[in-house]
Amino acid sequence: MSDSIYYFIQQIANGLTIGSTYALIAIGYTMVYGIIGMINFAHGEVYMIGTYISFIVLAGLTMLGFDNVFIMVGLAMLVGIMIASAYGFTIEKVAYKPLRSSKRLIALISAIGMSIFLQNYIRLAQGSRDIAMPSMIQGGFLLGDPDGSHILISYMQVIIIVTTVICMAGLTLFISRSRMGRACRASAQDIGMTNLLGINSNNVIATTFIIGASLAAVAGTLLGMYYGVVNPYVGFIAGLKAFTAAVLGGIGSIPGAMLGGLLLGVSESLTAGYFTAEYKDVVAFSLLILILLFMPQGILGKPEVEKI
Amino acid sequence: MTNLLTVKDLTMRFGGLLAVNGVNLEVGEKQIVSVIGPNGAGKTTVFNCVSGFYIPTAGSVMFQGKEMRGKPGFKIAQEGMVRTFQNVRLFKEMTVIENLLVAQHMHAEHNLLKGFFMTSDFKKKEQELMDRAAYWLEKVGLLDFANREAGNLAYGQQRRLEIARCMVTEPKLLMLDEPAAGLNPNETKDLDELIVHLKDEQGISILLIEHDMGLVMGISDQIYVVNQGEPLASGTPAEIQANPEVIKAYLGEE
Amino acid sequence: MQSRFSSAALAAGVTLILGFMVLGISFSVEGVVPTLEVSESHKIIGLLIGAGLVFLLQYFRAEVSKVTAKMKGDGQAHELPSFMRTEKQQRVLAFWAVGALLLFPFLSSRGAVDIATLTLIYVMLGLGLNVVVGLAGLLDLGYVGFYAVGAYSYALLNLYFDMSFWMALPIAGGLAALFGYLLGFPVLRLRGDYLAIVTLGFGEIIRILLNNWTELTGGPNGIARIPKPTLFGLEFNRRPSEEGATTFHDFFGISYSSEYKVIFLYLMALLLVLLTIYVIRRLVRMPIGRAWEALREDDIACRSLGLNPTNIKLGAFTIGASFAGFAGSFFAARQGFISPESFTFIESAIILAIVVLGGMGSQLGVVLAACAMTILPEMAREFDEYRMLLFGLMMVLMMIWRPQGLLPMKRPHLELKRD
Repeated sequence: MSDSIYYFIQQIANGLTIGSTYALIAIGYTMVYGIIGMINFAHGEVYMIGTYISFIVLAGLTMLGFDNVFIMVGLAMLVGIMIASAYGFTIEKVAYKPLRSSKRLIALISAIGMSIFLQNYIRLAQGSRDIAMPSMIQGGFLLGDPDGSHILISYMQVIIIVTTVICMAGLTLFISRSRMGRACRASAQDIGMTNLLGINSNNVIATTFIIGASLAAVAGTLLGMYYGVVNPYVGFIAGLKAFTAAVLGGIGSIPGAMLGGLLLGVSESLTAGYFTAEYKDVVAFSLLILILLFMPQGILGKPEVEKI
Repeated sequence: MTNLLTVKDLTMRFGGLLAVNGVNLEVGEKQIVSVIGPNGAGKTTVFNCVSGFYIPTAGSVMFQGKEMRGKPGFKIAQEGMVRTFQNVRLFKEMTVIENLLVAQHMHAEHNLLKGFFMTSDFKKKEQELMDRAAYWLEKVGLLDFANREAGNLAYGQQRRLEIARCMVTEPKLLMLDEPAAGLNPNETKDLDELIVHLKDEQGISILLIEHDMGLVMGISDQIYVVNQGEPLASGTPAEIQANPEVIKAYLGEE
Repeated sequence: MQSRFSSAALAAGVTLILGFMVLGISFSVEGVVPTLEVSESHKIIGLLIGAGLVFLLQYFRAEVSKVTAKMKGDGQAHELPSFMRTEKQQRVLAFWAVGALLLFPFLSSRGAVDIATLTLIYVMLGLGLNVVVGLAGLLDLGYVGFYAVGAYSYALLNLYFDMSFWMALPIAGGLAALFGYLLGFPVLRLRGDYLAIVTLGFGEIIRILLNNWTELTGGPNGIARIPKPTLFGLEFNRRPSEEGATTFHDFFGISYSSEYKVIFLYLMALLLVLLTIYVIRRLVRMPIGRAWEALREDDIACRSLGLNPTNIKLGAFTIGASFAGFAGSFFAARQGFISPESFTFIESAIILAIVVLGGMGSQLGVVLAACAMTILPEMAREFDEYRMLLFGLMMVLMMIWRPQGLLPMKRPHLELKRD
């Protein structure tokens, strides 16, 4: 009896851990969609690049003889954020900006091309095999009997959830209080109008891409350390998952992306825990298809009215 | 006599905005009925509800004794209620004749095998579509432009093509959304004649949204006035012209 | 005022910084200690060349955009060259082209014929996807799913029911079409970009199922020893596969050569491609073809005229899927071995790249693009490594510079003839 409860809680905790990183990546999809109405298909690759950068920084710091784990992780995250946001910014400038007045599908094809390009660029640069990072933060909180039924929440899981909460709080503050945040919200309503009012929409769009890429880099660092491996192909599946989370929460809605990420993480972890891990991706994709069919506006999104 | 179209208590709400509230319309056989009202009165929203592009929040839309509310737009069009758009929606990169062929899709041959092997059946059907298209091009005076791209036509010609495109579907009720907008007085006069011809010679009914009062008053059998989404008055052109409420809505108080 | 030198230098600098972190440093693990080292010289050189290109592109930005504006054209389809404008000229050209293609296998090496057969499979896939993307305007990112359905249909029908290729081919096409119909029916109501993602998810689901349903499909190990097609029951093996079967060379009393098989496969692929081209040529001249174009232009107007958008799109989706099914079962027969690895998203992306490069809706364009994209990597093996990188880059650049494709569609207009 209590055994199964422990197991259940363990699955929920695992799900929330993964789910919070989905939420971080999903913010990038949802904000970009909210403002320019396109699916930034290459966003998953930015996350993947962020993971690589943080691995490289961590390895570099280890070689230099650093031993304070927190400083190392902090620095890795910081450099990851800087480089990833530069990538996010550049992707927008190169592949999307010239297509702003084109049809949606044209921009989407360009985004797919960008995604393929980045994936193969990293494959050529760093090899296509997994690269591994030994876990730096070990141990965790143990609840229950260590030899019998128990729940183990690793420190890494705690760090992931706490960091996500801090990022989300920071983002919420930025969006609701800062000048740029207001401009972002206004642009999501009507970008043509905000442009007329003298807000430089190019800056708003660039900011959106930078925020999205930064959060993806945070997720990349955290998830990379959690799993301990990365390869050039992780961005594709993580991107799809995060997009599912964004749609589930209601695309365009920031709280929606957070909620969607957590829900998706938990449902995946429950599937893996109670049925079979092989089909957890099938669950995520089926969920995506079902939401789009029956609830295209998601949980917190607004239904779209067709303009005639 | 039963009505062709009966709209009762039509209400449309977008979130907190009540765009249309309790509008009633009746269109009989072989009638021209107009809906007028100031800008932003919700006339086009009424059109969108009746033609199935929006699902009304409440009310009923009866066409030939059948409930249309909640049916998708293409089904309503198949029933014989076809509309034009305020900002002309032609297939601009297709030729004039192709616009009219596409419009007859529901009368076309759908058996793919007949199409692959170009059976005589298929050819005959295609010829029928061509003939009907040519007939209507002649009616609206565009026969000489049949093989031009629709996007290259002059604005007035595009308006007439849009009407022809509705007519080839052989509707019972034609809904025109501001057909005279952007036309010069000569073209408006032609349009006036065309609409009357459709009613008298083709025996269809027309539901019209229009700003051009000259046109509306001259040809309408019945007029409905809508103001801020609410029905304001209805009656014959003479009654409407004499109605103090209507004058107030258009000219403002004092 | 910002000089163009400084802005170009800035762009090149950013490229260097972005590239240095991933290209300049290599990550490796020695024992359990992760270490970094400076990358091999060719990566560094690549990075410097890249930065140099960015500098030049930025510096000569005005000149470059003049050229690219020309590439874009006026957005209209270009006229075909003068020698292939009329229907009659086209027919003569097509006659010669088909003749040359028929003779080709008898005049060239076995390897070349083999590559040509592979190319023809991609031509078929490109043409099929072109119906969905180019003609109906639906972005299908899971096209490879239908290809997989076709391939596995033949492989499984043969494995479990001993069915011959010719029996299985229509079933494979039909099954793929059925999958297309069943998937399309609910999802075609979705907006374009959502549809793209849903089809992508569908393609992945198919692959994961094939990978994990080991009892039926053999899982990641795939299915081997799939028999080649026969010519009216004549086999192309050295020895008959079973008692009572006859081989091609025995029947005609000639000596055995493995080339017959290769040539036969090539001719079959050619036949399938020609059939595909004919079917699509007819489709665009039929009511459904007109409806596709109308729907691409204005879906609201279509609905207002009583066209049911979902049905019309479903037509395109199902027809496109069936072509993928035919191509898939042919692929299974040619390879003799299939596994889920052949049906990843990358495969869908390659087929999409073919359609994009050739020109959405343009049959000739897609045929030429498929040839270019399969033959070039085969000719330059060392180029293979960079194939996907360049495909991705090409998709971006095509969308920016020439979204209508290299050889845009010149649609046949139906004319009103008056006497």
